[in-house]
Amino acid sequence: MNIPYVVEERPDSGLTNGKLGVWLFLASEVMLFGALFSTYIILRTGAVEWPHGELNVWLGMANTFILIGSSVTMVMAWASLKMHDFGKHRLYLTLTFVLAAVFLVNKYFEYSDHLSRGEGPWHSTFLAIYYTLTGLHGLHIIGGMIVMAYLLGPGAALYKKNPDQFTNRVENTGLYWHFVDLVWIFLFPVLYLL
Amino acid sequence: MHSADDVKKSVRKYLTVGALLFMFTAITVAANQVHLAIPAAITVALIIATIKGSMVASVFMHLSAEKRWIYGALILTLVGFIVLMSVPSLTVRDSIGTPIQVPAAAEHAKH
Repeated sequence: MNIPYVVEERPDSGLTNGKLGVWLFLASEVMLFGALFSTYIILRTGAVEWPHGELNVWLGMANTFILIGSSVTMVMAWASLKMHDFGKHRLYLTLTFVLAAVFLVNKYFEYSDHLSRGEGPWHSTFLAIYYTLTGLHGLHIIGGMIVMAYLLGPGAALYKKNPDQFTNRVENTGLYWHFVDLVWIFLFPVLYLL
Repeated sequence: MHSADDVKKSVRKYLTVGALLFMFTAITVAANQVHLAIPAAITVALIIATIKGSMVASVFMHLSAEKRWIYGALILTLVGFIVLMSVPSLTVRDSIGTPIQVPAAAEHAKH
């Protein structure tokens, strides 16, 4: 049985089922991160003192540049498919995957540096919320990388059978990826600068 | 639905927005090096982050030209998000943790 409206848009909503589904998922993600940001505000306003300069701003800035760059390559991967250039699509999607991996490597160095000094989540309220927020965000990066690996690997076969459906999958992956970037855009100043 | 011609025209816009996002990130960090007072620093950083977030949502996620079903879902999300962000202010308005003043008469009746 075929899933309806994966290529053509539903007449009532004007959207494919996949796209509407991803947007509803992202709405739930806003609630998840919103609850954690709210927790951060409660913890910070209730704290007698809040540490400043505990995190490496330059590493955080580098990771912001990396994620923004990956958002650009992601939208270009989708745009290339729309312009019927599958080769360029693969190049841009691979770049996005590599940038995501570099982000995680940076995060690994950052975490291991803190942990080597005994600064785990148990160390302070600030580090507890830092590890919770960045850890959850990191899990989202890994999730995006798994989907990208699928689209670069076995999932790419769909392009030959149904290029429009494949393009829609890349667009939906892109929506998720831009959201992950958007969350980091707020995490960076909140955790590293303020 | 985006046609190939529409997308071709949008490529320059994607690259421009990418460059602007890099620039705003650099401005955020530069503003932080100035060591503003905490309320001013929070305001500046969050305004820039909101501008950057809006650019990602409107251009990369194509929210500037989406269907009303998506806008509807996002308006509901926005309402929920505002409620979540209001939770901290509710915690400072409640009476949990405030010592209760026991009236002297009630205290006397106990004895």
